[in-house]
Amino acid sequence: MSAGEKYVAAAYGVVFVFVLVWVVIIAAKLARLERETAELAELARERADG
Amino acid sequence: MRSIGVGAVALMAAAIVMIVLVAPEDADQGISQKIFYFHVPIALTAYACFGLGAWKALRLLWRGGERYDLESYTAIHQGTIFGALTLVTGSIWAKASWGVWWTWSSNQLVLFLVLFLFYCAYFMLRYSVEPGARRERISAVYALFGVALIPVSFFAIRLANDFIHPTVFTREGPQMTDTMFAAFLAGWAAILALAYLMYRVELSGKRTDANLRELREALSS
Amino acid sequence: MSAYAADVVALARKDLRLELRARDTLPAMLLFVLATLVVFHFALPGGAGDDAAYGLLWVALVFTSLLGLARAWVPEREGGALDGLVLAPCDRSAIWLGKTLATLAFLGAAELVALPAFALFFAPLDLTAVAGVVLANVGICAVGSLLSAMAVASRSRELVLPLLLLPLSIPLVVGGVGASISPEGGTYLAFLGLYDLVFAILSWASFEYVVTE
Repeated sequence: MSAGEKYVAAAYGVVFVFVLVWVVIIAAKLARLERETAELAELARERADG
Repeated sequence: MRSIGVGAVALMAAAIVMIVLVAPEDADQGISQKIFYFHVPIALTAYACFGLGAWKALRLLWRGGERYDLESYTAIHQGTIFGALTLVTGSIWAKASWGVWWTWSSNQLVLFLVLFLFYCAYFMLRYSVEPGARRERISAVYALFGVALIPVSFFAIRLANDFIHPTVFTREGPQMTDTMFAAFLAGWAAILALAYLMYRVELSGKRTDANLRELREALSS
Repeated sequence: MSAYAADVVALARKDLRLELRARDTLPAMLLFVLATLVVFHFALPGGAGDDAAYGLLWVALVFTSLLGLARAWVPEREGGALDGLVLAPCDRSAIWLGKTLATLAFLGAAELVALPAFALFFAPLDLTAVAGVVLANVGICAVGSLLSAMAVASRSRELVLPLLLLPLSIPLVVGGVGASISPEGGTYLAFLGLYDLVFAILSWASFEYVVTE
């Protein structure tokens, strides 16, 4: 692989990694939202029973 | 949002095909010119995000409404991500074509460094003001300053190059061929679609967050 | 004199009178800019030449104005007077203009000492360079008094102001240094004038949104 090819691969790789990191952050956020929704659902269920 | 996602995937696939298979290798710069097809669209998309953020900020100041605040903030957040990407890919390109990781004679890179600092300060400001109507307006005014700063800084950096050092490197190689230009446009469309998709995903996450907070307050009272 | 101009003058005069009584800001700015120039003498290597000194002068001016701007809204904040001012029956942009004029007066006064000191210690300043300083003062005070009002609304207060102002002051530094060292100083003066116009109008129009609750 020539030096030029390496740099091209690095540039595209960086873009890929950025998007991947973004996906991971969004996944963490989604997990938090899921947990919070579950808590709220639990709360609503208790209310409905009580 | 699903159609945006499908569109983004299709455009990205088309762009990759164009860039890798169709566009010819640059006679002057060789293969490292292929960075151009992503680097420049990412930079243009960052401008578009900052512009969108300022537009939403203007709507907020004009009409009011919490949703514009959230949209403006998300757009600027997206713009900052793409701005950072511009800096990184531009740095790699500088290394590939000029042998240095950073050069002050590349106006675009310097402009992005200034904008990156400016918009990082946006987040500092936003997170140190109590949430509420005043923070929405302060953020909006700052976002508007950003779009005024872009052309002014651009001029300033052009002017500064005259006395700091004469331009040695130029990024303008020989004229792009038609297929190269087509590949560039395909790359740009793909990046714009990706940015828009990310914007919508972030926005829906932030809205869900706000709704959940409201719901929690309603349930716990 | 129209009511608007009367409000502006009254507000600016109030700041100047407050400063004359308390002497909080101006002595600090003076001492700071002189101390900075002395530090620069030791920071510049022997053969650095005049151009480097002109560059550092601009760093000193920007930081001095930051010092003054950080204090700009402190009297209002401590007295809780900003809310009262906002409710007062005057145009809100008059508050911004009054504050801009007051900070401009402080900065100008500090430079009345700093520029001769620079000419004495380092290198002579020609008319273009001084015109550049005046134009840059207008720009930095116009933008700075607005950003300072934003910073006062935040928890971190003075800490966040340099972060907001420094990226915006880069074009001013470019114009100022260009006016000081370039043979075609006129271009840079025109650029500084353009900056002042754009950002003064923007600050004037948007100040109201920053201070209203």
